[in-house]
Amino acid sequence: MNAIDLHRKLEENAGLLIFGILFVSAIGGLVQILPSIFQDTVEPTAETRPYTAAELLGRDIYIREGCSTCHSQQVRPLLAEVIRYEAPAHAGESVYDRPFLWGSKRTGPDLSRVGEKYSDEWQRIHLLDPRAVVPQSIMPAYPWLKRKRANSGNDIHLRMRALKRLGHPYTEEEIAQAPEDVAGLTELDALVAYLQSLKIDTSVDPSEGDH
Amino acid sequence: MTAGVYIALELVIPTIDFGQEWLSYGRLRTLHTNGVIFGFGVTALMGTAFYSVQRTCHVELFSPRLAWFCIIAWQFTVLAGGISLLAGWNAGKEYAELEWPIDILIAVVWVCFGVVFFGTIAKRRVKPIYVSNWFYGALIIVIAMLHIVNSLAIPVTISKSYSLFAGAQDAVVQWWYGHNAVGFLLTGGFLGMLYYFLPKQADRPIWSYRLSIIAFWAFTYSYIWAGPHHLHYNAIPDWVQTLGMVMSIILLAPSWATMVNAVMTVSGAPQKLKTDHSLKFIVLALAFYGLATFEGPMMAIKSVNAVSHFTDWTVGHVHSGALGWNALITFGTFYFLVPRLFNTQLYSKRLADIHFWLAISGTMLYVLSMWGAGISQGLLWLSLGDLGELSYGFREIMASMQPYYILRVIAGVVFLSGAVLMFYNFFLTIAGRKTATVQIPQPMSASERPVAS
Repeated sequence: MNAIDLHRKLEENAGLLIFGILFVSAIGGLVQILPSIFQDTVEPTAETRPYTAAELLGRDIYIREGCSTCHSQQVRPLLAEVIRYEAPAHAGESVYDRPFLWGSKRTGPDLSRVGEKYSDEWQRIHLLDPRAVVPQSIMPAYPWLKRKRANSGNDIHLRMRALKRLGHPYTEEEIAQAPEDVAGLTELDALVAYLQSLKIDTSVDPSEGDH
Repeated sequence: MTAGVYIALELVIPTIDFGQEWLSYGRLRTLHTNGVIFGFGVTALMGTAFYSVQRTCHVELFSPRLAWFCIIAWQFTVLAGGISLLAGWNAGKEYAELEWPIDILIAVVWVCFGVVFFGTIAKRRVKPIYVSNWFYGALIIVIAMLHIVNSLAIPVTISKSYSLFAGAQDAVVQWWYGHNAVGFLLTGGFLGMLYYFLPKQADRPIWSYRLSIIAFWAFTYSYIWAGPHHLHYNAIPDWVQTLGMVMSIILLAPSWATMVNAVMTVSGAPQKLKTDHSLKFIVLALAFYGLATFEGPMMAIKSVNAVSHFTDWTVGHVHSGALGWNALITFGTFYFLVPRLFNTQLYSKRLADIHFWLAISGTMLYVLSMWGAGISQGLLWLSLGDLGELSYGFREIMASMQPYYILRVIAGVVFLSGAVLMFYNFFLTIAGRKTATVQIPQPMSASERPVAS
């Protein structure tokens, strides 16, 4: 039986065709994804810790506003890029990132090392009116962030509990304490707290990058 | 598409969101991408799949009621999804931003789509399953697999969930999804459309049946591997990046095999290209398909990707696919379907002609402006002076993008106005007409089937 005859069988039997498609298309994904699930070699770096309640709320606002559509968080180990943004990314830095926010576009600059480069006040002004501090900026302004309470859904403890179930090492005390920790914060405060947490991990030796 | 033009304008005049949350770039951009993929793409694929599967199987749809449910429920899902994105429900994964309640709706409608489609195939009266149906079948099966795995998450509230995957692992899963949503929906699904409507309109059988078999299986096997080229130089293992790059280059073969097959099919009826609007659009789409499937593997080469990654070049590449390939072939299919469904003639061939030229110039201008923007961005970012210092600041480079971004707005307006003309043309074609009824042909013997061996 030659290959064309063999294929005729496949082509005349819908069940076989469905199975064939499923089988053939599954192989690539299994090879690339399964090792990362079962070997689980990515350990957090020494300085990587789960986000605080305020940072977590800020990160969720960052996701809500689609910041990652224009800002990457992934410094590639290329000379010019390392000069511009400093230390290249290490996989261990993003083990508490659900989802990951590396991004695919750099309309604005990379933000993975932006923490503490600017003051809280600068970040606040920049978010409310970007062109007040960067005249060329094409970033939208986010005036509503200062009007809303960061924990307006009263669900910060639920968020942390869900993450704990996924393996983030939060203690029960931290979760119980969280609503109080973020009580007075606006969304603007939370987002600035998150941005300021994006720092260079000094515990990583840049020469043994994990890329 | 309108949202696309609007956000393109926001990148030129950032204040035209008027400080409104729901007009903010970050939210409209997700509405734009999801609207095009799920609203435009899937609706077109579902409609043409239901149309062509009946004709290639010589039977009526399995459960027409369930088919109506699919169409209506899908429109509802897209509408609800769009509103949820504007409200800021965002799962944060590119092209999978919709939150878990919408994800579940998508999964339900998708399963019904599969039941109607494969149910129709199961009761077919033509023994061999025609090649367009393999592609539609792959679309249904693979997208179901990708969507379900990538959307796995723990819900916190109705509008918030956390992904089951984290960090680097999440990145690999996401681009396995993201790349293959492009692969099996925007490429594979639309190839199903091509394999039915192109031979139909050219009135020629597919040039090589064997080539279509080989291309289909090679495509289905190799596409899945290419996802990691979205993560070159990122913090994922080197072997995954290299594998993704090699498979991306290999992918050129099945992609172009299909293109060659389609071009050879049309070359049997070249005179039709002068007069037939539907065929003109489909053949132009084929040209952009060839361009995009060549450009893709090139951009997947690591040293090219070092320049192109994170730049507008990627945006241009996506649009040469989405405008040049997906939208144009859909327009061609619409010009084929609308008069037939209503048993009439197209209202104006002249308008269709104008639409054709608006579509091609809009797409070309878009792609060229983004090549200009992307390549200069990439090179300027990486440029170093004699002493090893950066040649340009980020802000300078960003500011220098403005002319390209203005060109893009113009390109978008040109393309969109063509689409508006088409709807006007169809509106006048359909006005006051009833839908046509068709006779189901009697069973054919295998020797008469509409594929050439």
